Amino acid sequence: MFNHLLSLLIWLPVVGAIPVLLAGSARPNLARWLSLLVAVLTFVVSLFLLVQYDPSGPVIQLVESHLWIASWGVHYGLAVDGISVALIVMTTFVGVLVIAGAWEVIQDKPHQYMAAMLILEGLLIGVFCATDALLFYALFEAILIPMFILIGVWGGPRRVYATLKFFIYTFFGSVFMLIALLYLYQKAHTFDLATLAALPLSFTEQAWIFFAFLIAFAIKVPMVPVHTWLPDAHVEAPTGGSVVLAAVMLKVGTYGMLRFILPIVPDAGAHFAWLVIVLSLVAIVYIGYVALVQEDMKKLVAYSSVAHMGFVTLGIFIAFMLVRDQGRTDMAMLGMQGAMVQMISHGFVSGAMFTCIGVMYDRMHTRLIKDYGGVINAMPWFGFFYVLFAMANCGLPGTSGFVGEFMVILASFTANPWVSLFAAFTLIIGAGYTLWLVKRVLWGAITNPHVAEMKEINARETLVLAGFAAAVLALGIWPQPLVHLMDSSVSQLVQQLAIHKI
Amino acid sequence: MPTLNDILILLPEFYLVAAACVLLLLDAFMKPAQRPLLHWLSIAVLLVAIYLVMAVPPSQALTAFGGMFVRDGVAEILKVFALGTTAMVFVYARPYLIDRKLVGGEFYTLMIFAVLGIMLLVSAGNLVTVYLGLELLSLSSYALVALNRDARLPPEAAIKYFVLGALASGMLLYGMSMVYGASGMGGTPTLDLAQLHNVMSYTTAPTLLLFGLVFMIVGIGFKLGAAPFHMWIPDVYQGAPTPVTTFIASGSKLAAFGMAYRLLDAGMGDLAQHWQLMLAVLAVASLAIGNLVAIVQTNLKRMLAYSTISHMGYLLLGLSAAGPEGYAAAMFYAICYALMGVAAFGVMMAMTRAGFECEEIADLKGLNQKSPWMAFLMLLAMFSLAGVPPLFGFWAKVLVLEAAIHANMLWLAIVGIVFAIIGLYYYLYVVKVMYFDKPVEGGAAQVQADRPLRLVLSLNALSLLALGLYWGPLLAWCRRAFGL
Repeated sequence: MFNHLLSLLIWLPVVGAIPVLLAGSARPNLARWLSLLVAVLTFVVSLFLLVQYDPSGPVIQLVESHLWIASWGVHYGLAVDGISVALIVMTTFVGVLVIAGAWEVIQDKPHQYMAAMLILEGLLIGVFCATDALLFYALFEAILIPMFILIGVWGGPRRVYATLKFFIYTFFGSVFMLIALLYLYQKAHTFDLATLAALPLSFTEQAWIFFAFLIAFAIKVPMVPVHTWLPDAHVEAPTGGSVVLAAVMLKVGTYGMLRFILPIVPDAGAHFAWLVIVLSLVAIVYIGYVALVQEDMKKLVAYSSVAHMGFVTLGIFIAFMLVRDQGRTDMAMLGMQGAMVQMISHGFVSGAMFTCIGVMYDRMHTRLIKDYGGVINAMPWFGFFYVLFAMANCGLPGTSGFVGEFMVILASFTANPWVSLFAAFTLIIGAGYTLWLVKRVLWGAITNPHVAEMKEINARETLVLAGFAAAVLALGIWPQPLVHLMDSSVSQLVQQLAIHKI
Repeated sequence: MPTLNDILILLPEFYLVAAACVLLLLDAFMKPAQRPLLHWLSIAVLLVAIYLVMAVPPSQALTAFGGMFVRDGVAEILKVFALGTTAMVFVYARPYLIDRKLVGGEFYTLMIFAVLGIMLLVSAGNLVTVYLGLELLSLSSYALVALNRDARLPPEAAIKYFVLGALASGMLLYGMSMVYGASGMGGTPTLDLAQLHNVMSYTTAPTLLLFGLVFMIVGIGFKLGAAPFHMWIPDVYQGAPTPVTTFIASGSKLAAFGMAYRLLDAGMGDLAQHWQLMLAVLAVASLAIGNLVAIVQTNLKRMLAYSTISHMGYLLLGLSAAGPEGYAAAMFYAICYALMGVAAFGVMMAMTRAGFECEEIADLKGLNQKSPWMAFLMLLAMFSLAGVPPLFGFWAKVLVLEAAIHANMLWLAIVGIVFAIIGLYYYLYVVKVMYFDKPVEGGAAQVQADRPLRLVLSLNALSLLALGLYWGPLLAWCRRAFGL
């Protein structure tokens, strides 16, 4: 079983979706329980992964490789390093919470909803462990199909616009990556990522390939100025769709940067690092201000996601400056680790925030902040969780949000104090938009009579929110195991980005 | 004097002629009650033909009748898929034809003669055989388009098809005559494709030869439906009965690829540097016109017609790479397109019934509510046509793009991929209509298909997924045919 652990993780939810679909709309409860069973099983298997992966062993473990397309030398190649393990476990964990969260909420064709979620989960796990560029690309694009359906069928009023925009926007970015990969194939005659990482490339080639990769991943992250699909997609997506989108799918973009830009085009990456750093800072500061003025809760959290993902890209690309210009490998490690922790943390925090909004939306059917006020009076327990996640969202020490941001700010201070100054703005702006949101939604007297009728969260919702809360607190109080898990992988990445390939 | 060996090489073709004639006689003398038998017999005829084609896989290229006819790996693959997709068309067509009272011997016989034309065309070793196969295919197709002769659109479509087709055939013939003439200036004139290949190097009339080439490319472009020779496609697709449209979109495209390969590579290989650029221009024009015009279509058949034009653009991407790699990619694309086209039209045929023609995109509204399985099959076909992984269509696109980059035409690959993004919209729109819209009252999107149709259509659409997950053997087969 352990030889094919990764295949099992990918295929279990994908194949598990078939019986869920067969359960049909006539037996919605069977479909729900089946999908929960599959999701829990996948999570349990992913825990085996955590046990099997030895952080002090070699960086790449659990390698699976089968010749897939002989005439092209394409392999069905899977393997994990620490970063992949962390992301996969996060994916399976969020997967369980999303299925549980959608339980009674999705009344229309629940079997199709659950099946799409499971397929999405399997494909995302595949993205995080593919070692062949073509396999990665296929999975990277394939995730669009279930997400397209999820937003389009169960989304809000403007769902068709949002889902078409989402699909075409992300597809647009990734096709240039395909051209770059085919170009690399011409040179290397393989799609194996490890071989491509060792391939010497001239600076001009690297620059073109860098931008082809950057546009693909920047749209996925999303970075300013190609983030405009995200608020639309988030606002219109059903709660579960938003959660997966924010928690896992955005990470695919930054994960792709780690796997493609850093090892394959390090010189171009170093040369254009300033560009990505500036865009990250714009995301952190400007998008923070944009979030401040939102009237729709989901839009606010969506913009705050863009700002938080800015920290991830900042942490990754500040490492180039630190290593190449200053030789500070230790600080580069810190920045990179911060970025990784931020990735995981943002997964839980944003997922939790969207779940909270979903809980309120199910009761009120509105996402506008002005319709709420004084929710804490009607739903004290819900208020407790909401405040906790809001604190994590603004990076309060003791929650997971603090750890990653702090590490990135620290590293960027060594690189350039000005960068860290702008990055640190987030502590003010982030607190601004999050706390103001809490103030307007939770505190105060009840002004809208419907708010008084809101029912306290039930056991299922409590369980889902408690799951998120446990993860947020665990990472915030004791991030050491996570950092240790990713340590060797991060140091390998830092070594890779120092290599000159010209 | 033909030998027994010649006849054995042509066995599948001779068998098909005989079978078609027998079917015609049976149709004339059968009691009306026994007529349904004809349907199953015709399918059996095609399946036996597939067996005959595959029974003796040619280890090397065999020629018959003094080089008029070539039986090689390329011909084998194209014939198998042309026969296979036609058999699928037969299965899908039955309920459609019965509802419209079109079922009868002429449909089956004409279709089999058209397939015979395809088989001759893709095996052509001589300009005459090319023309013979092309005309057999075209004449049968014209008649098939007008099968429903009492309706308004089919005769119009058939006339358009016939007039434009005759013009294109004339162009082709004119081009051939120039090439023949040019070949005579350096030695003995020849119509044999293999000999033409050598004549090129020492001919004294390059201008005449190039003119001939241009006219021949017009003929090829017409058959493929590549812009700017695409005018007939939308009207014919819309006007023809859906089974015939399906045939034109599948078997006919395989034939067009075979014809292009025979004429350009076997005959005009020496002029590759000239026709490469011509094909690249046709490819760009097809990609642009097909994808842009498809966006505004409301009729599904017309939309798929423009989508065909764009797909032929991708096929030309592979052909213009002018090398075994490119041909293998283009053939892979042609096979892929044939399977996708049959699946997409198959779903449309599954949803037509007496008095209701499913051909507007709006007819699919809310299909997922009424028939989730059909909607899922159509979803597979649409995402495959759009080229979204992990479906088959994606890999076919990757292959032709790779071939273009391999042939140092990076710009062409980039043009191709940009139009893939634009083309995405109208396929997604179909999925949107099926999944996101509420069904409209009044009959649309009901499935009244018989069991064989459902089964074969399901296999057909699922094969797009299966081949998307494991396309290595098919690619290897295609590459082997081109000696790779």
